[in-house]
Amino acid sequence: MNPKHPFAAVGAPVERVEDLRLLRGRGKYVDDLHCEGMLHAAILRSPVAHGRIRAIDCAAARAMPGVRGIFTAEDIAQTSKGSIPTIPLRAAPLPELVRFEQPVIAHRKVRYVGEPIALAVADSAALAEDALEAIGLDIEPLPAVAGWRASARNDVLLFEECASNQPITYTASKGDAASVNAAYVRRERLRVQRHTACCMEPRGLLALWDGAQAKLEVSGAAKVPFAVRRALAQCLDLPEDCVDMIEADTGGSFGVRGEFYPEDYLVPFAARKLNRPVKWTEDRRENLLASDHAREVDMEVEIACEKDGTILALRGRAWVDMGAYVRANASVQPCNIAQYLSGPYRVPNIHVQSTMVLTNKTPVGTYRAPGRFEADFFRERLFDMAARDLAIDPVEFRRRNLLCKEEMPYPFATLRPPERKGETDSGDYRIALERCLAEIGWAEKSRLQGRLIEGRYHGLGIGCFIEGGGAGPRENARLVVEPDGSVSVYVGSANLGQGLETVCTQIAAEALALPMERIRVFHGSTAHLKEGFGSFHSRSVVMGGSAILAAAENLRGAIRAAAARRLGCAVSDVVIGEGLSASQAAGGKTLALSESVPQGLSAEGTFASHHHTTAYGAAAAHVAVDARTGRIELLDYVMVEDIGRIINPLTARGQAIGAIVQGLGGTLLENLVYDEEGQLLTASLVDYLLPSATDFPHIRAILLEDSPSPHNPLGAKGGGEGGTVAVGGVVANAVAAALVTLGVEPRELPLAPQRIWHLIDAARR
Amino acid sequence: MQSQTMLIRFELNGKPVEVEVSARTTLADCLRHQLMQTGTHVGCEHGVCGACTVIVAGEAVRSCLMLAVQVEGQAVTTVEGLSREEALTPLQAAFRKHHALQCGFCTPGMLATAHALLTEDPEADRARIREVLSGNLCRCTGYIPIVEAVFEARAAYVDKSAKA
Ligand code: FES
Ligand code: FES
Repeated sequence: MNPKHPFAAVGAPVERVEDLRLLRGRGKYVDDLHCEGMLHAAILRSPVAHGRIRAIDCAAARAMPGVRGIFTAEDIAQTSKGSIPTIPLRAAPLPELVRFEQPVIAHRKVRYVGEPIALAVADSAALAEDALEAIGLDIEPLPAVAGWRASARNDVLLFEECASNQPITYTASKGDAASVNAAYVRRERLRVQRHTACCMEPRGLLALWDGAQAKLEVSGAAKVPFAVRRALAQCLDLPEDCVDMIEADTGGSFGVRGEFYPEDYLVPFAARKLNRPVKWTEDRRENLLASDHAREVDMEVEIACEKDGTILALRGRAWVDMGAYVRANASVQPCNIAQYLSGPYRVPNIHVQSTMVLTNKTPVGTYRAPGRFEADFFRERLFDMAARDLAIDPVEFRRRNLLCKEEMPYPFATLRPPERKGETDSGDYRIALERCLAEIGWAEKSRLQGRLIEGRYHGLGIGCFIEGGGAGPRENARLVVEPDGSVSVYVGSANLGQGLETVCTQIAAEALALPMERIRVFHGSTAHLKEGFGSFHSRSVVMGGSAILAAAENLRGAIRAAAARRLGCAVSDVVIGEGLSASQAAGGKTLALSESVPQGLSAEGTFASHHHTTAYGAAAAHVAVDARTGRIELLDYVMVEDIGRIINPLTARGQAIGAIVQGLGGTLLENLVYDEEGQLLTASLVDYLLPSATDFPHIRAILLEDSPSPHNPLGAKGGGEGGTVAVGGVVANAVAAALVTLGVEPRELPLAPQRIWHLIDAARR
Repeated sequence: MQSQTMLIRFELNGKPVEVEVSARTTLADCLRHQLMQTGTHVGCEHGVCGACTVIVAGEAVRSCLMLAVQVEGQAVTTVEGLSREEALTPLQAAFRKHHALQCGFCTPGMLATAHALLTEDPEADRARIREVLSGNLCRCTGYIPIVEAVFEARAAYVDKSAKA
C-alpha cells in the first residue's frame, strides 16, 4: 500500500459512513422491513425444562380468524422425509457431537424452557400471539437437571439413547505437567456465571418464498450469512444457490446474533409452506430465553511455581455448562478455556481438561471473548493468590512470567480433539504492561492497597491478556467500476454494528487512490459473492480488509491492461494515477478511468490465512468497596492494548471502550439465574441488569500499534474483543486487594453486592 | 381477539397525520408499522431500554408504554423529525464526531432523550446527562462517547434558548 497519496485514509479517525443514515432514523433493521402480503409468526415455547410431549392440540388455534398456519414437529417431519432437521455444527464439528445437535423444533421431548414447540403464522403479530394461547399442550414433566453437578451424575439423561450428559472432554497439553514437582503449588476452585450478549436489537427474520422460481430470500442475516445459507439449504433440501441470506442493519451481535437458530429454519419453512412472506421478531423475553447463553463454567485450576514465582505448570479441569444441546459454535468456549488458559505468559507445562456438560437450560454459544474472559478470570485470580502466598508483588509476578519479544512466536498448549496447535504472533508484551501501570499511576496509588478511607476499602488490580483474531480460512472481495467512476466493493465480512462499511471504505480508498466518496461498500449478503465467511473471531477487518487489498491489486492490473490496449503500449508502461487514471509512463497520454476501461469492469480478490493474530495488552482497575453494603465502585479502569495497525482510531477506541463495559457488566451485574426446576428467573431487562450510563463513568482505553501482525498485508490484528477479556480477573483482583485485611478472596462472578457482603460477613465470623 | 379501531389525528414531525388504530396498538407500533416511521426502535416493550423514546408535547416518552390513541391532538417528534433539512443537527453531528453510535439501534432513543434534556436544560453537566441517559440502554458504546457528544451539543441549545 502507498500511504503517501492524498487519499491515504487508513489510520485516520474518519467519521463513519453509516452514521449519516443511522442518525436520521434511516437505518433498515430487519423489523423495519415491510412487504406486500406479509404474515407474522410467533413461537410457542416450552414452559418446562424437561418433559415428554404427549400431545399438541392445534385445532382451536387453526380455526381462529386471521390464522394462516400452525406448525409443529409433525408438520415438519412430513415435509422433510420423516425426520426433524437439526442445527448443524459450524465450528470444529466432531462426529461425537452430532447426536447432541438441537432439532429445529421440539420432537417428542423438550429439554429447556424456551425450546420451540410450535409456530403460529397469522395476519398480524398480535393474532399470531393470540393463536399460541389457543394451542393445547400436554407435556409429561421429567426431573430437570439445572446445574452441571446434578447433570454429571447421569441419573437424569437429556438424551436417553446416550448414556451420558457429557458430550466431550477437550484436553490442552504441553510439556509434561503431571510430573512437575514444584516448591509451591496452589489449587483453587473458581466459577464464572451464565450471562450473554443481550444485543439491543432483538433477533428477527423476514422470509420470502418465490414459488415460481423455487427461490428463498431471508433478510435478517448477520455474522455468518454464508454458513447459515449452507445449513438452511441443507435442512430445507434446497440447492444452495436457491437461497439468499440478506443482511439488514444489525443491532449488535457480539457473537450471539447470526448463528443458525431454530427460528432460522422455522420462519423460512412457513414462508415456503404458505407461499407468503413471513416475518418474525422476538420479544425481549424470547431474546433472553432463546438466544445463545454463554460463559457458565466451574474450574479447578492449579498453579505450580518456583519460590521466586517462576511458573512451572498449570493444571486444571473445567466443567462447562452447555445447556440442553450442542449448538452451531458451542465448542469454541470449552476449547478456548483450555487452550488459552496460559494467556500471554510463559508456561512450559500445561495439562487442562474441559468437559461439556448438558443441563436443562438454554444452549450456549460464543459471546465476545469466548472462553478467554473466563480463563483470564481463573488465571489472574490464581496469580494474585500465588503472589501473595510467595510474598511477591503482583506486578513483579507478572513481569517475571510475561513473554518476551525474543520468544515470539510462542506456542500455546495443543488442543485435542481434533488436534489444534496455535502460537502468538508478534509484540513486546512488557510495553503494554508498563504503559498501563504508568497510566493508572500504580506506583503512587499502591499505597492505597487495602486502606479504609471514609468507610470504603480501596484496592488495585492488574492483569495481562491476549486476544485472538483473524480466523481463516479465507475471505473474498469483488470490486466493480461503476459508470459514474465510483467503485463498488463487495466483501464477505458482515456488519454487526462495528463500523465495517467505514473501515472497508478507508481500505479501498487508499488502495485505489480514490476519495472515500467514490467507494461504496456492500457486505455480508450471499447475493454479492460466491463465497464469504463473515464476522467472528475479530476477523472482519483482518480478513475482509486484506481481501479488498488483493482485489484492488487485481483491479489495478485489469485497468493497466485495458489502458495499454487503448494507448497501444506495453502493460508495463502504464502507470495508474489518482482517480484510477492511466497514463503512458514516458510522459504520454493520460486516460481518465471512464476512457480506459469497459463499463462494469470488475476484479476479485481472496486473502487466505491460517495464522491467527494475537493482540495483547494489560488492564488495571482501582475500586472502592463499601464493606457495609458490599457495593463496589469502579474509580478508574485503564486498558492498554496493542492491536497492530489501526485502520480507524475512532472506531477502534469505540470497540475497546464498549468491550470493557460489556466485560464490566459480566463482572459486576449480569447473571442469568435459574431455579432448580430449570426456570429462568431473569428473563426481562428489569431482572437481567445491563450496564447503564451511570454505572461506569471512569474508563480509559489506550491503543498502541507498535507490533503489526506479520500475517496479513494490512498488519492489522483482531481488536474487537480484548477489552472484554481481562475485566473479570482485573476487577476481582482489585476487590481482593481492597479486602485483603479481611481475608476475602472472590472466587466467583458476578461481584454483586450481596455476594461481596456475604464474603465479608463469612470472613469476619 | 377482535378489537375496535378508531381514527386518530396528531402532528408527526410537524405534519398532520390521520391513522386508523386498534385500541391496543402502542404508539411505537403505530409509528413503525402503520406510519412506516421505522427510525423509532423497540428493544423491550417494557419501558426499560429507552430505544422507543420519542418526544410528545416536548417531553421524552417511551412509545412502547403509550397507546397510539393517547397522542390524539398532540405534537409527536421522532428521530426522522429532528432535522428538517438534509444536514445533521448539531446533536447528531456531535454523535458522529464522538463515535457515539455503533450499531445505531439505541441511537434514535438516545437522540430523543438528549434533545428533550438539552431543550429544557442546555446547561446540564455530565452527571446530569448521565443520570438522564441512564434510562436508555446501549450495548455497544459503553456510554462514554454518548455523554461527550451530548455535552458538546449543549452549545447549540444555549444559542437556541438565547434566541427564543
Ligand atoms: S422498547 Fe420501549 S423502553 Fe424498551
Ligand atoms: S449503538 Fe448499539 S446499542 Fe447503542
